[in-house]
Amino acid sequence: MDQDFDALIVGAGGAGLWAALELAQAGVPTAVLTKLYPTRSHTGAAQGGVCAALGNYEEDHWEWHMFDTVKGGDYLTDQDAAEVLAREAIETVIELEHMGLPFNRTPEGKIDQRRFGGHTRNFGEGPVRRACFAADRTGHMILQTLYQQCIKAGVQFFDEYQVVDLLFDGGEVGAGGRAAGVVAYRIADGELHAFRAKVVLLATGGFGRMFRITSNAWSLTGDGVALAYRHGVPLQDMEFFQFHPTGIVGLGILLSEAARGEGGYLRNDSGERFMARYAPNLMELGPRDLVSRAIYQEVRAGRGIGGKDYVYLDITHLGRKMIEEKLPDIADFVRTYQGIEPITEPVPIQPTAHYAMGGIPTDLNARVIRDADRTIVAGLYAAGECACVSVHGANRLGTNSLVDLLVFGRRAGRQMARDVRGLELPDLDRDAIEPVRAELRAISERPSGESPARIRADLADVMMDNVGVYRTEELLAAALPRVRALQERYGRIHIDDKGTVFNTDLLEAREVGYLLDCAETTVVSALARKESRGAHAREDYPERDDVNYLSHTLAYQAEGGPRLAYKPVTITRFQPKPRTY
Amino acid sequence: MQVDLRILRYDPERDAGPHWVSYSVEAEPTDRVLDLLHRVKYEVDGALTFRRSCGHGVCGSDAMLINGRNRLACRIRVEQLGRRRISVAPLPGLPVIKDLVVDMDGFFAKYRSVQPFLITDGPPPSRERRQSPEERARYDDTTKCILCAACTSSCPSFWAQPDYVGPAAIVQAHRFIFDSRDEGADERLEILADQDGVWRCRTIFNCTDACPRGIEITRAILEVSAAIVERHG
Repeated sequence: MDQDFDALIVGAGGAGLWAALELAQAGVPTAVLTKLYPTRSHTGAAQGGVCAALGNYEEDHWEWHMFDTVKGGDYLTDQDAAEVLAREAIETVIELEHMGLPFNRTPEGKIDQRRFGGHTRNFGEGPVRRACFAADRTGHMILQTLYQQCIKAGVQFFDEYQVVDLLFDGGEVGAGGRAAGVVAYRIADGELHAFRAKVVLLATGGFGRMFRITSNAWSLTGDGVALAYRHGVPLQDMEFFQFHPTGIVGLGILLSEAARGEGGYLRNDSGERFMARYAPNLMELGPRDLVSRAIYQEVRAGRGIGGKDYVYLDITHLGRKMIEEKLPDIADFVRTYQGIEPITEPVPIQPTAHYAMGGIPTDLNARVIRDADRTIVAGLYAAGECACVSVHGANRLGTNSLVDLLVFGRRAGRQMARDVRGLELPDLDRDAIEPVRAELRAISERPSGESPARIRADLADVMMDNVGVYRTEELLAAALPRVRALQERYGRIHIDDKGTVFNTDLLEAREVGYLLDCAETTVVSALARKESRGAHAREDYPERDDVNYLSHTLAYQAEGGPRLAYKPVTITRFQPKPRTY
Repeated sequence: MQVDLRILRYDPERDAGPHWVSYSVEAEPTDRVLDLLHRVKYEVDGALTFRRSCGHGVCGSDAMLINGRNRLACRIRVEQLGRRRISVAPLPGLPVIKDLVVDMDGFFAKYRSVQPFLITDGPPPSRERRQSPEERARYDDTTKCILCAACTSSCPSFWAQPDYVGPAAIVQAHRFIFDSRDEGADERLEILADQDGVWRCRTIFNCTDACPRGIEITRAILEVSAAIVERHG
């Protein structure tokens, strides 16, 4: 069955919902397609806060936020994008309050703000209270508030429609084709639907499920990223994947940086606040890449708790009242998943795969670009974690993921509303859905073969063990043939469920293919970057190398594996300097 | 240890009706029920079907009936269930699509019916609206709702009267009715004063017991009822 809309949005997290809201308010016929229900999107798992230089407690300026974002990204951040992010953070947070978001409040009734890693006053002097928050469920409240506003605005949702292909008119991306719609699989009955549109936004989130220990939802499988790549869009900066320092040991469930923002300590086996050795100025509020590496160093030196591979997050000195009022959810997670009372006991933590800095390259208005010359892919947009603007550079600062999806989700919606004017619907071949139908059928009809779940687990192991916090030529070179062997096995997968109703067996099998694409581009991009920058820490090349590598990686799909190209970094106000905290 | 995991299975394309299937599953005491379901799906039968996403109790996808109580499969550990025989069935009172997946469309339609969005008159100020910490605390509890449907599908009044708007929708309305910034209370209270609104509540407290977020749902329903009475004086 085919349907036409002016605008399509794939994914109903914060970026997709804000874009939908802008389009609805501009009167553009819009559909949002999500493989979940909107309120299940992973924006809802964000905890600690959303930074904006409101200055509700102390002096703050968007220029300081911009500087922190650039330095946090180890100078790979595009500075024109960081400026947009820091400036518009302020108005988007105010707008969210106007939409009804229940922020915590100061005694005067203003939006409450707290400290967060890497966010400083006066270009690095010391921590600043910049993170606006709603307890430790800020993302939950953002997701709820935006969904509420979409209901109010009458946005049309297609819940549990999983997008399985992108459609183009006039050839593939490399040949100058224009986005023309998507193919969606209706989960309830297995029917494929072609949705035609003038403009298409990818807002599908990240792909942390390619790692064994991750804070990411099961649904974060890089769908939009991999589909764009398969149609000729290069993937930018895939070698930069953030490990958050404080995940629950073994499970990877996130314990917000807000715990440290409110004054929590990190301690090693002897009880020492070891961050004094790594970030003497900001201590526990150093940026995430640095803190995750510090934990690995402590563990390697035998100073993990009991000699094991974790350290303690200690919030016992914050007191019951503070914890119950400002960190209730993470206290609950610790009790539920570790059986520990965080008010009286330290909490075992270890780094967890958390956020993709890389993804689909875009310009400042979320338009997808396809080369170093910034050539625009007509009709195609991306925002949120699946996109790479790049505001996060080599390492994202805490809370900036929410700022990113708000600022650039809003910009995406506004740009799309401008662009649809005067456009005709593109042409679609009658058999546009046939290629993906054949791919899905091949999986369903194969009588026996490899288990996709096994392949996913093996992939998660090799990515965790070889492409994690610390990397070397040896580890990465060993990872590549293993990923390729998994891709080869993926060509022979078999599933049990042959039905049409709610076939998650088939859809998860499809998702494993996306993760393999994300993993391969990550490994190839990481092998080629022979320096250490932000989250990409090469032990064989421990220094940042601005002479050779101050540039963005672009990975194109090609015969025999990804082909790499490079794109210059935009530098406006802040020349690269050594990065110390 | 070995756990006897009994799952109420139903495939509309193959089965005449729901039926129990038993799986012997190796489990650690600290495993969540979701881990056991994954073990069956990935090692025994890929056709086993359930929803799940975040895996740590904030997205609301995996509410189901576990040992006779509505819970999130990702939040309940084997050791908390206290026995080696674990039964898992879909949420009661909602149409079953397949295995542990229920049709949520009616549930979300009721959510949308209470106007779950801030209603205000006039243009907003240039900065944030002011709200005191006390005013903010007034509705804090009901902002936690993740729309998992554990409450509504545990409610005997809802089982008896499927048109009852249900606890989850009332919780969502409460979140706005008691928000000092909102000016839509009259409309919402009008909707909830309907015969399928708050008066269907028989204060059985199943909803409060079922809520994985610890929301005092029955209390919220009673506060909304009191507000209706007050308004109509």
